[in-house]
Parts: sequence; C-alpha cells; structure tokens
Amino acid sequence: MTKPVECSSGKTTPPEFGCSCCGAPQKQPVSNSRNFHWIDGSVKTQSGEIPKVKTSLNFRDRVGTIKTRWGIGRMRYLVPPGLYAVGGPAPESPVFVSANYKLSFDLLRKQLANRNGWILVLDTKGINVWCAAGKGTFGTGELLRRIKLTHLDNIVSHRRLIVPQLGATGVSAFKVQKASGFRVIFGPVRVKDLPAFLDSDMKVVPEMRLVRFDLKDRLVLVPIELMIGLKYMLLGSFLIALLGGFSSNGYSFTNVLSTGLTGASVFFGSFLSGTILGPLLLPVLPGRAFSIKGAVLGIFFVLVLFLSASHINLVSGSLLQMISFAIIIPTLLSFILMNFTGSTTFTSLSGVLREMRRAVPIQLTAAVIGFILWFGGLFINIGR
Amino acid sequence: MRYIESAVNLEFDRSLCNGCGMCTVVCPHAVFRLEDKRAVMADKGACMECGACAKNCAQKAIKVRAGVGCAAAVLSSFLKKKTSIECGDDPDSPCCG
Repeated sequence: MTKPVECSSGKTTPPEFGCSCCGAPQKQPVSNSRNFHWIDGSVKTQSGEIPKVKTSLNFRDRVGTIKTRWGIGRMRYLVPPGLYAVGGPAPESPVFVSANYKLSFDLLRKQLANRNGWILVLDTKGINVWCAAGKGTFGTGELLRRIKLTHLDNIVSHRRLIVPQLGATGVSAFKVQKASGFRVIFGPVRVKDLPAFLDSDMKVVPEMRLVRFDLKDRLVLVPIELMIGLKYMLLGSFLIALLGGFSSNGYSFTNVLSTGLTGASVFFGSFLSGTILGPLLLPVLPGRAFSIKGAVLGIFFVLVLFLSASHINLVSGSLLQMISFAIIIPTLLSFILMNFTGSTTFTSLSGVLREMRRAVPIQLTAAVIGFILWFGGLFINIGR
Repeated sequence: MRYIESAVNLEFDRSLCNGCGMCTVVCPHAVFRLEDKRAVMADKGACMECGACAKNCAQKAIKVRAGVGCAAAVLSSFLKKKTSIECGDDPDSPCCG
C-alpha cells in the first residue's frame, strides 16, 4: 500500500488520484489497477488516449454503493476528474458532464450502455451533482477549467454539453457559452430518464424536470441517518443508564440495570424508530414544519409506550419519570426530524430558519425540563 | 410534499424578462411558467431556494438568496460561528450523499 497524498488544502487523497484538489496534474487511471476495475482500455484521440469506461456495474461497484449508503469509506470512493470515453465515441458524439462522486458516475455510465459518448467528470470532491452545485464545486468555473484541461474542443467537433438539470444551481449556461463556446443543454433530473431523453432528440418532458421524494428516495436515506445519529445516541443512552443508578438510597448497580436501562432503552428506541419511521411517514405526518411532524410522531410513540407499559410494566419508577418520557420523546423526535430537512428535496433555507427560530428554544427548554423531571424522579417516589 | 411556503424569498421582475424560458427549464419544482412569451411565477410557494433560476437568468430578472434548507447545516454554522450556511465537506453529512 502506498501512502495517501497530502494536499496543500490539508485533505488527503488516495495516491492514484495525485493531488487533484490542488490542480496538480492527475495520474491517468490504469485499467489493471484494483480501484479502476470500471475502466476498459482506452480510445485514441487527437489529444492522446482517453480511458474507456464499462457500462455495466459489477459486484465491486454494487458493494461500493451499499457501503456508501451506510457511510463506510465514502470519501475514499472518488472518480478522478477528467474525460472518459463510452463505447466507441466519435468527434460528433455527445458529451455528458458528471460529478466525481462514484455513485453519480456509476448511475450515468450504466444508463449509457450500448451508446457512444464522452463523460466529462468535474472535480466535486466526491460530492454528488446537486449538493456540489449548491456549494459551487459543480459550477461554471470548474466546468470551464475542465474543458480546458481536457482539450475538449480538440476532441469533439460540436459545441454542446449535456449537464444534469440539478447542476444548474452551480452552472450558469449563458456564462459557459460566452467563455467557452459550448452550449449547455440541461438534461433530465434523474439519470434513468437519460435514454428516453437521448432517443427523443433531447426533448425533456415536464415530468423529467421535477425532483421527487418518493418512498424509495426516503428509504435509501435511512441507513446513513442511522449511522450519523448512532454514536451520539449510544453515548446518550450510556449516560442515562449510568445516571439511573442514583436514588434516595445512594448509588446502586441494580438501579442501573432497572431504572437506568429502562431510560436508556426508551431513549435509544425513540431514536431508532424515529429515524426509521420519520422519513417514511413524512408525507402523512401533520404540519409543514419538520419539528412539528417529529413532535407529533413522538406523541404517538408516548401513547404506544404508555399503553403497552400498563401491560408489561416497562415504565417502572415514579410518575415524574413517566411525565419526563412524555416530554423527552416528542422533543427528541422533533429535533431528529428537523435535522432531516437537509436530506429532503423541497425545503428552503428561509423556511428552515423560520422553523428553527421557533422550534430550537422550545426543544432546548423541553429537554432541560424533561431531564430534570427524570433525574429528580430517581430521588422522589410518588405514584405507582 | 410542500414546505413552509410563506417564508420563501424569491423575487421576479417580469419587466426584465425576455422570455428565454431558462427558468422553466432549470427549476426542479416548476415554480416558473411561460405566459404570453414571458415567464410568470406560477408557484412561488414550491421554491426551495436552490438558486438555479437566478444563476441562469441572463437578464438578471430573478433574485433569490440561495441556500441549503438544512437544519443541521444551520446548527453547525451557528455553533462554529460561521457566517455562511452550507453543507460541510463532512463525509457524514447526509445531504451530500
């Protein structure tokens, strides 16, 4: 194993990419290299050899996709920026612009099966098209730079670039045309509509222009949401379990196992079920603000918990603790769902700011009150 | 699904519009529509402030404070005392996945 390259920006990249983030010349991928199993020879052009990509995804691509969805090693999963060939492209073949996030790139090359074309991969630091466009890395400047670096104007005879529609947040079509002569054609939002778009003389039907947020779109986000929250929630649950050892009789390990563990499992269970059910039930939860949707889901959980607790005696301890659960669960879910705004496709920053100005102070207050009640309940035993 | 509509900051000056239709092409929520050879804001409340329309309006007829509608990004920029709100390069960031 060779050591990763340290870039001037402080970021490390795998050695085979060179220091692409600081503009130094990048190493051309070699087909026999382990990380470049998706390369299949090369195509000769006026400006040298261009690596050719496979249009079918293999086992390793699929494993990579699953790992990425679970947040494992995704920043090591980059495509070196530059130009790639698909099929046997000619100078007249279309040029598709993509991000160097492997998932975006994989989806694109898969849809280009049995076609000829060029893929121009921009350096988006391993981030998908839409997010990179929002940050500006998938943008006018990087596109112009990449056109120049790859000598695209020598390789293709036309002056057209097919850019995913969501790239428009970063790419100004009129500026690109003015500076490079290349006309930007915004293709469909979803890459799966690309074949239909290409077969219909680059016509985009209105439906292909709209982002959606269907059940499946929300479902694929659940693993990464779980992974992000996991460490905080495990830590929180651990602390709750430890604190549960306190009582008016001092500290005991028996209490950790009973009261502490009950509190911890209620807390962790709320996180788990909220992170899974919140995104799935999003359209049916009442309210526009996500913090309200979360609180409503939390109240529902509280009802379920209390109804089942009367049978299985889950809620042991004092009445104060039961009240504290009724406060903490909706608060936690309100916070979790509020943080899901960034993963959706339709929330505006202005809306998020308005929602947070109201919700965050309430969440903080409720969390403090809930904790005091729970902790206080360890020492005062009323009810039950 | 729709979000808090009244908060949206999106301004359109129809008198500057030349009817190129680019805003209708780039908007992922069909906020704009062409009517009598010029654009109209047909559904302002659906706007998510991504900024694609303003970026691609050569006439500068559209104004929007573009940003990411992400509470986690707002929180982290508030905690780190940053002035701009954007997705981090944080590989954990779910919105960049």
